[in-house]
Amino acid sequence: MAILLNRSTRVIVQGFTGKIGSFHAEDMKRYGTKLVGGVTPGKGGQTHLGLPVFNTVKGAVRETRAEASIVFVPPPFAADSIMEAADAGIKLCVCITDGIPSQDMMQVKRYMRRYRFEDRMRLVGPNCAGMITPGQALMGIMPGSIYLPGRIGIVGRSGTLGYEAASQMKALGIGVSTSVGIGGDPINGSSFKDILKLFEQDDETDAVVMIGEIGGPQEAEAAIWARDNMRKPLIAYIAGLSAPKGRRMGHAGAIISAFGESAQEKVEILKEAGVIIVPTPSSFGEVVADTLARMKKAA
Amino acid sequence: MDIHEYQAKELLARHGIHVPRGGLAYSPEQATYRAREIGGGKWVLKAQVHSGARGKAGGIKLCSNDEEISSAAEAMLGRKLVTHQTGPRGKLISRLYLEEAVDIAQELYLGFVLDRKEERVMIVASAAGGMEIEEIAEKAPDSIIRATVDPGVGMQRFQAREIAFGLGLEDSLIGKATETIFSCYQVFRDYDASMLEINPLVVTRDGSLVALDAKMSFDENALFRRPEISELRDKSQEDPRETFASDRGLSYVGLDGNIGCIINGAGLAMATMDMIKIAGGEPANFLDIGGGASPERVAKSFRAVLGDKNVETILVNIFAGINRCDWVAEGVIKAIREVGVNVPLVVRLSGTRAEEGRRILADSGEAVIVADTLAEAAEKAVAAWRAATKKKAA
Repeated sequence: MAILLNRSTRVIVQGFTGKIGSFHAEDMKRYGTKLVGGVTPGKGGQTHLGLPVFNTVKGAVRETRAEASIVFVPPPFAADSIMEAADAGIKLCVCITDGIPSQDMMQVKRYMRRYRFEDRMRLVGPNCAGMITPGQALMGIMPGSIYLPGRIGIVGRSGTLGYEAASQMKALGIGVSTSVGIGGDPINGSSFKDILKLFEQDDETDAVVMIGEIGGPQEAEAAIWARDNMRKPLIAYIAGLSAPKGRRMGHAGAIISAFGESAQEKVEILKEAGVIIVPTPSSFGEVVADTLARMKKAA
Repeated sequence: MDIHEYQAKELLARHGIHVPRGGLAYSPEQATYRAREIGGGKWVLKAQVHSGARGKAGGIKLCSNDEEISSAAEAMLGRKLVTHQTGPRGKLISRLYLEEAVDIAQELYLGFVLDRKEERVMIVASAAGGMEIEEIAEKAPDSIIRATVDPGVGMQRFQAREIAFGLGLEDSLIGKATETIFSCYQVFRDYDASMLEINPLVVTRDGSLVALDAKMSFDENALFRRPEISELRDKSQEDPRETFASDRGLSYVGLDGNIGCIINGAGLAMATMDMIKIAGGEPANFLDIGGGASPERVAKSFRAVLGDKNVETILVNIFAGINRCDWVAEGVIKAIREVGVNVPLVVRLSGTRAEEGRRILADSGEAVIVADTLAEAAEKAVAAWRAATKKKAA
């Protein structure tokens, strides 16, 4: 089943009745996501978009057997909502919200560790576009039409740059097993490495495209892990070649503040670890096609 | 968001951390008046700009009488201080801080940062203070002590004590140092800081511990709950292009090139700038118009980009998910007609309602160069820029 999300995953929306939550809930439903309800404190008992609204995540889980939750709650309250999902037994939480304070995210990550690893919720995001398993389900804000179902995994920080990669691949007839946005914040739920581990184990994924950017240690960490543990090809692009040191490029986490965090330095580290480099952001399609052709030849 | 040294010291002093006596001055007269207030016979006049390494750039002067204070203040005020941290444009000196000079016995380094690998607050300390931390890491790496704080329970006193002993301080100073380190962490946490650096933290000849310099930055995502910190923002320290954009809710970073960029999404914006560079051009800015951009927002983006007089070509690259290309196209036409775009304009629209968007551009009759792919957009922008500069030269 690709990774994390398929057509039978039971999903609720936190921040369901708000403008943004409603808009994307409808979009996800239209795509085929098994949406079973939503949560807005104080609006429990109502029906919204033909689905039940609950006051608490626990209530929603009890009534709908929801396993996954997508969070559209505004930044001041988002960390609280994520912890509520973790405590209610949600297994997968995707947080779209942009603008959560770093200290709140530190608390969230610390809080989640109170559960045994087997019971622990997997958090993706915040500040991300969400995830899609093309042809099956959408738990995010990306345009579904640009993804062809297929066997390439995508994991990236950026939403729109992920769209760019998927559409270049689609133009060459290459499809995607699952695309996961891990978000642009300095502290996030799932790292590149966390998602690579899932793709490596997935029978329906043949190769993985990693879309990184300046700032932070996660791309290098993932590359070292891949060198030692991954049999599937890893293809990567790092955005921010022209970003000056010490300046935040939009994403809260896209800032070069230490050695090894610039695009050039990251590309060097990745190359050394045997990762296939996408040299320009217009050659995602080409490089994936070449890699697939070489795999075919080798087989 | 950065704040000034004197503002950081005020926050620290409020939490019991010792700082030298000092006062703010906007004029040479005020600076000499401050000297009377502070008393003593030796003072340090410090330019208040958002940058480290001010000393080497002439932003810090030791003075021992009114004439020296007055002439140093005269020389600094209204000037732009250029350090390796400010970039070549430098930062305007409009505020000065006069402090009593301190008799230094030893200089220490104390810093608090967000450690992205551990996802915790990290304390960094060294007995080799006075130089920048990068330099300490290079010249005296063994002197660096690190500790991380469990966000569940906060910093513990034993951690502060371990650092105090690790710095090799005399027994009589351990208690003071423990309290200083512990209080700094409280300030860091209570105000949602992203960086706090005391360099140097000095041991004085009379055996006290004083924060001689202080640098603080704050998590912009947390400013909504720290109004007292938001008030400390000093727009004179920002690139005016960036102030203009941020006042209009746009995410903008000014650079030194000539091709202005209007893009949706931070990742795609960085990638488009990379592509411009690969095609042989230099981006003038980073600009993310964000999701759900209305025609008005697009027009505002044009104003922000054109506010930079170095811009000689504009590239608009939109891959619409939540955005709508037809709205963006309307915004482009609005900008051409209302703002006036006197430089070549390349537009690439992809994703939601791209067809409609392209039709709006074509039907408008305006001189818009349309591109289908990212590579084509960058190449056309660089080609248009080259042609335009050639024409200008001729």
